[in-house]
Amino acid sequence: MEMDVLKKVPVREQDPKVRATNFEEVCLGYDKEEAMREASRCLKCKNNARCVSGCPVAIDIPGFIKEVEAGDFEKAAQVIARSSALPAVCGRVCPQETQCEGKCVRGVKGEPISIGKLERFVADWSRENGFVPAKPKETNGKKVAVIGAGPAGLTCAGDLAKLGYEVTIFEALHEPGGVLTYGIPEFRLPKETVVRHEVENVKKLGVKIETNVIIGKSVTIDQLMEEEGFQAVFIGSGAGLPKFMGIPGENANGVFSANEYLTRNNLMKAFRDDYDTPIMGGKKVAVVGGGNVAMDAARTALRLGAQVHIVYRRSEAELPARVEEVHHAKEEGVVFDLLTNPVKILTDENDQVKGMVVRRMELGEPDASGRRRPVEVPGSDFTIDVDTVIMSLGTSPNPLISSTTEGLEINKWKCIVADEGSGKTTKEGVYAGGDAVTGAATVILAMEAGKAGAKGIDGYLSQR
Amino acid sequence: MYKILRAEKLADKIYLMDVEAPRVAKSCQPGEFVIVKMDEVGERIPLTICDFDREKGTVTIVFQIVGASTYRMASLKAGDAFQDFVGPLGQPSEFVKDDLEEVKGRKYLFVAGGVGAAPVYPQVKWMKEHKIHADVIVGCKNKDLLILEKEMEAVAGSLYITTDDGSYVRKGMVTDVIQDLVEVQGKKYDVCVAIGPMIMMKFVCKLTKELGLPTIVSMNPIMVDGTGMCGACRLSVGGQVKFACVDGPEFDGHLVDFDQAMKRQQMYRTEEGRAMLRAQEGDTHHGGCGRCGGED
Repeated sequence: MEMDVLKKVPVREQDPKVRATNFEEVCLGYDKEEAMREASRCLKCKNNARCVSGCPVAIDIPGFIKEVEAGDFEKAAQVIARSSALPAVCGRVCPQETQCEGKCVRGVKGEPISIGKLERFVADWSRENGFVPAKPKETNGKKVAVIGAGPAGLTCAGDLAKLGYEVTIFEALHEPGGVLTYGIPEFRLPKETVVRHEVENVKKLGVKIETNVIIGKSVTIDQLMEEEGFQAVFIGSGAGLPKFMGIPGENANGVFSANEYLTRNNLMKAFRDDYDTPIMGGKKVAVVGGGNVAMDAARTALRLGAQVHIVYRRSEAELPARVEEVHHAKEEGVVFDLLTNPVKILTDENDQVKGMVVRRMELGEPDASGRRRPVEVPGSDFTIDVDTVIMSLGTSPNPLISSTTEGLEINKWKCIVADEGSGKTTKEGVYAGGDAVTGAATVILAMEAGKAGAKGIDGYLSQR
Repeated sequence: MYKILRAEKLADKIYLMDVEAPRVAKSCQPGEFVIVKMDEVGERIPLTICDFDREKGTVTIVFQIVGASTYRMASLKAGDAFQDFVGPLGQPSEFVKDDLEEVKGRKYLFVAGGVGAAPVYPQVKWMKEHKIHADVIVGCKNKDLLILEKEMEAVAGSLYITTDDGSYVRKGMVTDVIQDLVEVQGKKYDVCVAIGPMIMMKFVCKLTKELGLPTIVSMNPIMVDGTGMCGACRLSVGGQVKFACVDGPEFDGHLVDFDQAMKRQQMYRTEEGRAMLRAQEGDTHHGGCGRCGGED
């Protein structure tokens, strides 16, 4: 077959009409031939490949793609495993368009290489063929505690284990994975096949995971270091606290944080009849916000049978969500009410949501974020007919750890103060990274911080 | 897995279990709670801690059947295990953190309604351990629903029991007893701690506000994670939004918006009923729940 080297090999997806009614994965991924064909488009840049510089964990991208093209998927997996412990996750949820693919030389004239889809293919192939990328190393007898089994913690733990440390991850929830488990929906990131499997791979490196331990409550960082023999600690506890708008009616029945809505559905599997946890099956749902989490909540509500509107105060150009997510949401039937901002939630006598008053906005001068500031249009209020409102306005770090750990400095946003390069905090032996330090960001940036933390801890413990 | 060492039925639909959970047993304080999840498909259920044994590493929980998960939990026996048991969660009771001498100078009145006796017990026990005589009122619908009577008697300064129907000790609501103690017997209290059904706490607070008696209540709203992540448990306290799981569960009862809290608690009532039907009827379930389609 003749192929256009300027164009990506298209990836197969579930039909929008069909997938809007199920929780199966939207993107079906490449098969062997498609992957090899796509890999053949890569120019295999030799020195300082731009894609690698665009990857927060610096995967040798031309290196693994070369192996894919040659059909040696095991070798490709080994190349990726040198830099990343979660390739099946990253291949699915990384914003490649602004990272590796955004820098791809092929992208100058045509479409960049589908690096994310190729990474995903290699990871899925490894899983399906029982290939375990790395083996545990002999331990050096030094114990490190990692707090939080999300992307930052898993990455940090994996890297430390590869260096020979005895690592235990403490996870507050009953299931490891952090946002990969409670936040990102099944249809973007399958839990059983992808998340659990990658967590298992980290365990195969010798990492122990103790679930149901809330650091700061069940045990403190000081106790871990003084009583349980941990010589260093990495905090990767994320940014879990939801924000609300503070508008009237926000405590009504039928108003949820996106965190609650997604946790019920993803962690507690409320969408499945055989699980006990309920979820409100709204008929008309408004999701307030325009980030990836808002898209996830909207597409979840849609799959639970609702008509869904995204209510966002700026215009489409400012939507913080990935273009692919916005595109998928639209394809599935999510309606975008842009330049619209909630003013008040209306309730009935049982305090159940029966509508939402919203106000038209227009774009003014650019604000501190560089995006044009939304300005209210006076007298433009109108009511939209909804029975459920999901607030997706971002999250902030949980103060549970910082408030129970003496000597751990936080900034005014309650984020832990840590050195970017090493994760070093103001408390000796304690390192931190990911959303707990930066506030809500992406999976891959948390992984980058986990890697930095592992390096920082290794540097610290090597000198002791 | 968290092994159950003892399982007892205390009264109709009310169960007590000792569970092996060393980390929780080591660090928990009166006022805090745990979340249990029975198995893969179970809900995360917040439960107050009734007692704990730091040496043995056990935590005692008491729960009432209210939905599908608690209905299934009731069938667990000694030797079985919970898949998940996490805690302690929330803030300890105020008196645990306050200066002990100051606490000793205060006169406490505890008011427990129904299963509320379970979370009140460790607080009164703490008082006893610190040589503080606290008065305790325990109210319940009838004699059969009274729990932890002997245990409470062993730790309370004075114990006053009342039943709605008069089937045991005296007839009347807990508010009647408070009125009796304060207005008739002329007792003076500095702090009241009231834990029980929301409607009881609401009326206790209404009365103690009139009496000028500061009152702490323990809220048990709907929760998912219990660590501040979801906001399902949010309440209005003094006009501010608070999360019961991390800011509470204990709050100044005179500031809590009980009417809103009670409405929020009803949110999943229909859903819970459906799940209950499925749990009770199992494979024989076909229709009536409005969701399974069996009635078509």
